[in-house]
Amino acid sequence: MALAHGSVTHARTAGLALLGLLPVAFLVVFFAWPVVAILGRGFSSGGVDTVLADAQTWQLAVFTLVSAAASTVVAVVAGLPVAYVLARVKLPGVGLVRTLVLVPFVLPTVVVGLAFRALWPDGGVLPLVLANAFFNVAVVARTVAGLWGHLDPRATEAARALGASPWRAFRTVTLPALVPALASAAAVVFLFCATSFGVVLILGGGRYRTLETEIYLRTVDLLDLSGAAALSLIQFAAVLAALAVGALARRRRDNAAKLKQTTPRRPRGSEWWPVGAAAVVVVLLMTPIVELFVESLSTPDGWSLAGYRALNTTGQNGALQISGWLAAKNSLAAATDATLLAMTVGVVASVVLVALRRSPGRLARGMGETMDAALMLPLGVSAVTVGFGYLVTLDALPGDLRTSPLLVPFAQALVIIPLVVRMILPVLRAVDLRLRQAAATLGASPGRVWREIDLPLAARSLVAAAGFGFVVALGEFGATSFLARPDAPTLPVAVATLISRPGELNNQMAYAACALLMVVTVVGVLLIDRFGSVRGHTSVGEF
Amino acid sequence: MIPRTARTVLALATVTALASACSLSGGGSGGDTGQTPTVTLVTHDSFAAPQDVLDAFQRQSGIKLKILKSGDAGELTNKLVLTKANPIGDVAYGVDNTFASRALGEGVFRPFTSPEADRGPQRYSVDPQHRLSAVDVGDVCVNIDTGYFASHHLPEPTSYEDLADPKYKDLTVAESAATASPGLAFLLGTIAKFGEQGWPGYWSKLKANGVKIDSGWEEAYSKDFSGSSGKGPRPIVVSYASSPAAELGPDGKPRTKALLDTCFRQIEYAGVLAGGKQVPQAEKVVDFLLSQQFQATVAANMYVYPAREGVSLPSGWATAAPLPQNPATLPADQIQAGREKWIGAWRSLMGA
Amino acid sequence: MALAVRDLTVHYGSFAAVRDARLDIADGEVLALLGPSGSGKSTLLRAITGLEPVTAGTVSWDGADLADVPVHRRGFGLVFQDGQLFPHRDVAANIAFGLRMHGVPKVRQTARITELLSLVGLVGYEHRRVTQLSGGQAQRVALARALAPEPRLLLLDEPLSGLDAGLREQLAIDLADLLRRSKITALLVTHDQEEAFTLADRVAVLDAGEIRQEGAVRSVWRFPADDGVAKFLGVTTFVSGVAAGGVVRTDLGVVELPDVADGPVRLGLRPHALRVAESGVPGEVTAAMHRREHLRLVVALTGSTVDAVAPVAADLRAGDQVRLALDPDGIALVG
Repeated sequence: MALAHGSVTHARTAGLALLGLLPVAFLVVFFAWPVVAILGRGFSSGGVDTVLADAQTWQLAVFTLVSAAASTVVAVVAGLPVAYVLARVKLPGVGLVRTLVLVPFVLPTVVVGLAFRALWPDGGVLPLVLANAFFNVAVVARTVAGLWGHLDPRATEAARALGASPWRAFRTVTLPALVPALASAAAVVFLFCATSFGVVLILGGGRYRTLETEIYLRTVDLLDLSGAAALSLIQFAAVLAALAVGALARRRRDNAAKLKQTTPRRPRGSEWWPVGAAAVVVVLLMTPIVELFVESLSTPDGWSLAGYRALNTTGQNGALQISGWLAAKNSLAAATDATLLAMTVGVVASVVLVALRRSPGRLARGMGETMDAALMLPLGVSAVTVGFGYLVTLDALPGDLRTSPLLVPFAQALVIIPLVVRMILPVLRAVDLRLRQAAATLGASPGRVWREIDLPLAARSLVAAAGFGFVVALGEFGATSFLARPDAPTLPVAVATLISRPGELNNQMAYAACALLMVVTVVGVLLIDRFGSVRGHTSVGEF
Repeated sequence: MIPRTARTVLALATVTALASACSLSGGGSGGDTGQTPTVTLVTHDSFAAPQDVLDAFQRQSGIKLKILKSGDAGELTNKLVLTKANPIGDVAYGVDNTFASRALGEGVFRPFTSPEADRGPQRYSVDPQHRLSAVDVGDVCVNIDTGYFASHHLPEPTSYEDLADPKYKDLTVAESAATASPGLAFLLGTIAKFGEQGWPGYWSKLKANGVKIDSGWEEAYSKDFSGSSGKGPRPIVVSYASSPAAELGPDGKPRTKALLDTCFRQIEYAGVLAGGKQVPQAEKVVDFLLSQQFQATVAANMYVYPAREGVSLPSGWATAAPLPQNPATLPADQIQAGREKWIGAWRSLMGA
Repeated sequence: MALAVRDLTVHYGSFAAVRDARLDIADGEVLALLGPSGSGKSTLLRAITGLEPVTAGTVSWDGADLADVPVHRRGFGLVFQDGQLFPHRDVAANIAFGLRMHGVPKVRQTARITELLSLVGLVGYEHRRVTQLSGGQAQRVALARALAPEPRLLLLDEPLSGLDAGLREQLAIDLADLLRRSKITALLVTHDQEEAFTLADRVAVLDAGEIRQEGAVRSVWRFPADDGVAKFLGVTTFVSGVAAGGVVRTDLGVVELPDVADGPVRLGLRPHALRVAESGVPGEVTAAMHRREHLRLVVALTGSTVDAVAPVAADLRAGDQVRLALDPDGIALVG
């Protein structure tokens, strides 16, 4: 009879494994296989050990890690007051801030790089660190706000009653409680910064190089695949370390105390200090953005809408193959496809991960942890490595996907999936097991329980993840520029093309296209946030 | 039971329909249409041609041209090398003389002598087997902002040596030879001029004279150069001989000028890919690229000079962007042999 | 027998939470699983529900083995200690959940919801948000939700222990009434003997994963199987005696227990088995606590300390000398 019981468990595990095949297959085909293939070419041509033995390689690695760490610290410090405002403060404009902080995320790196160059004409380490942080403040602000809004304020009140100053209460009570979200966000920001490319190229001015730019250089310009493979190995190790730190923090989150929704209110007294700090951060974030708008409107002969009018055209001397508006449409279509794809794979992956973690078998739990880590890897591997990997592998698939426009949403989805999983997973994991059991005893099959209980409870996080994924897809440049066809560029690709052409009008049109991208982003995020706030009750999210 | 299943099916169908609708809108013109054979032209990011000329080719030849941009000349070459066993297209255009040896050495192209080749392209031949046909010629030259020198009462520089002259201290911006193709061309120009032994000395002087190295042409030209829209601080930039043609003032006269004694010639080639499946059609595309029809468009669209003789240039080019008469050049195999070594030496010399 | 549990063993790793459990519940009967916390009673309930994988043994219904029947097809309703109402649905939708899962038409759902709300005394609460309910109301909704699809067995996991004392008593009475009237077959898990005795027809006492005794409420109360069970059922003092002709003589005095067979017996004394009296064994009060219905005493006798009671009106405090007499009402026959 024990056997019979065992067979039910086995059948369930088998079903899970089958469902888990979808994300695993996606990752294998569109990530692992291409990356392994291109690295394999590097290893087989030898010379990896000489690169690893080269002191310059390690200087490169150290600079990459230190500058990424510095950017992460800046992003965290700048993101905290904004998170406070998003979670706790009720003032007019907070909703707008929630949307606006996401805008930097979609800006093409080349544009941001040039904007920072306007302030620091010679580039250097400081603007490089700041620019990378600029992109990622939103990650910290939104992630931490998710947890902060659920922290029980009575702990802080108790500390204050015991005589702690507001700052001390924050430091000793609130901050430790925020550590899981902070560390988790920091891990993701660190990954983004350590693999940042365009900004480093422009602001590093060739003097400051990172593993990512060097991998790009060796792969694309020098075809030194063994050197690139060696550097990829180091990058891989660094990524794994960052992931491990993030995972430890998430484990702590699992043990976190019961959360409680708090309602934001108008700040009082010393609470205005963080609000002021947040305002400063938001103003700083908006500065390059305003500068872009100014650029899009100014010509040597005064203000002009010529750049915007040019969006109807293909640019001066046909710099683009299609008009700016069509590029915007392409962006929307590709981002929508990528988001749908990433949500499908991401939700299935999260469901499987949660189910594996809950399952009694140690093997299943181990599988879950492995899959969890594997899902994050695409964030830590160069777009160029994946792109060149596609070239040497995907012709084996029916239809030769290597040059298919379908590859764009697939590649974008690869970048979004880890973010989607990081946002959905903790919420699904937090669903009380007994709620699910209650549903089961009322006659809901396991699949029905997911649909009736888990997914509705995670609705807000699902919407938030979709929104964030959409924004990331809109702004994705590395992989997209590699794969997008000239007759179907996305807006960021069009911006980069326009800016790489001489001519006044192309330059203006590039900035106008940037402005268009920002508007598209803001409208998209507003719509999604509105939809999200209408339904669902839970909104703890992290990355 | 039935309504539940029906609802599930409906939901799935909706999602699928939505997804496919989006994919279709994003896909644009994928796939073959009718019986017209589609030939894929793999080219560099700078490729641009008027749609009506491409359409005319399709009408005349019955070949539908699919254009696949694949990075700059170096990236394009490397992608072709990586995929040579099963190429991503049938014909390639954009491999230049700095990368031609690599492509030829790897056997990326197959021999083909276009009947159009003796109308001029032959002059730039790199390969006795005629695997590559020259399509266009571009020169990387130092550009200057003439207005700056007029208003500062400085004589305009004219030569490589002038750039190292303290008179022009902190006025020059160039691109990295490691990350930008004009940067590499400029380095090759100095190697051609000063020789394998002499170039490091020249660059040391440039460095001492405050040359600024940017990683890309975009930052150098649009942000640091004073003659472009960016109105940067430096009046001397490494760009193209044709760039002044895009910087015409309201009076129709160029605001900038290329120094014709500082030019390095880049020749861009087209060829039939060895592993391609539609060889005869691919050959027709090479013929088209060398034809009068296409050659007449390259100057206005890609800021390069046609390889074919007797093709008229856009008005204004005669004054704004004349073709340099004595550009420096290096044999393709010498470039192939020296490139990595030179770039490495240049990087350690310049700390870039 | 409707439910039959045979030799059921549940392991958590190498730890046996439940060992060789054997239980039967007849149609319409209410069985209480009584045991201290950690005794494995909730595990046993969850194993019967199908929520806990079983290491060995069987659970069957009307003779059919349930091993391969998943939770959602067992037709067992479950009420948790803290309700576990679905927070994203209102009261009516919570109750309707099981009906929807069983494909009950919408019209009949509405009627059934109304019927159940009146059954649990919450008429008109259909559209309340469950987060706005009090603990007692939430528990009533949870009960209505579990009853809605007419489960063949209702499982109640400490259904009242999350509530405060007054409410708990009232709800226990209501629940007992409801179970009897609707002739619901139920398994109740509780650590509270009063709750068990109020609600159940029979009790099974569980300790350290094993069922120590099973039987009718009265008989288990009166005749605990061993010292462990007796202690759990409120016995604080054990005393040996000899029965002869319905009278038991012990060191603490003599008591009439008509149904006891002659010979040596072991008596278990609950606090109210020793009352302060005019005559009896002498002792000194060492502690006195006021309870609602009596005064609870700790009394030092020569050689031992015992629990005893006195009327609330008795003005006793530590140091006072009292005499104690046996009261048959508080006495259990152990073994």
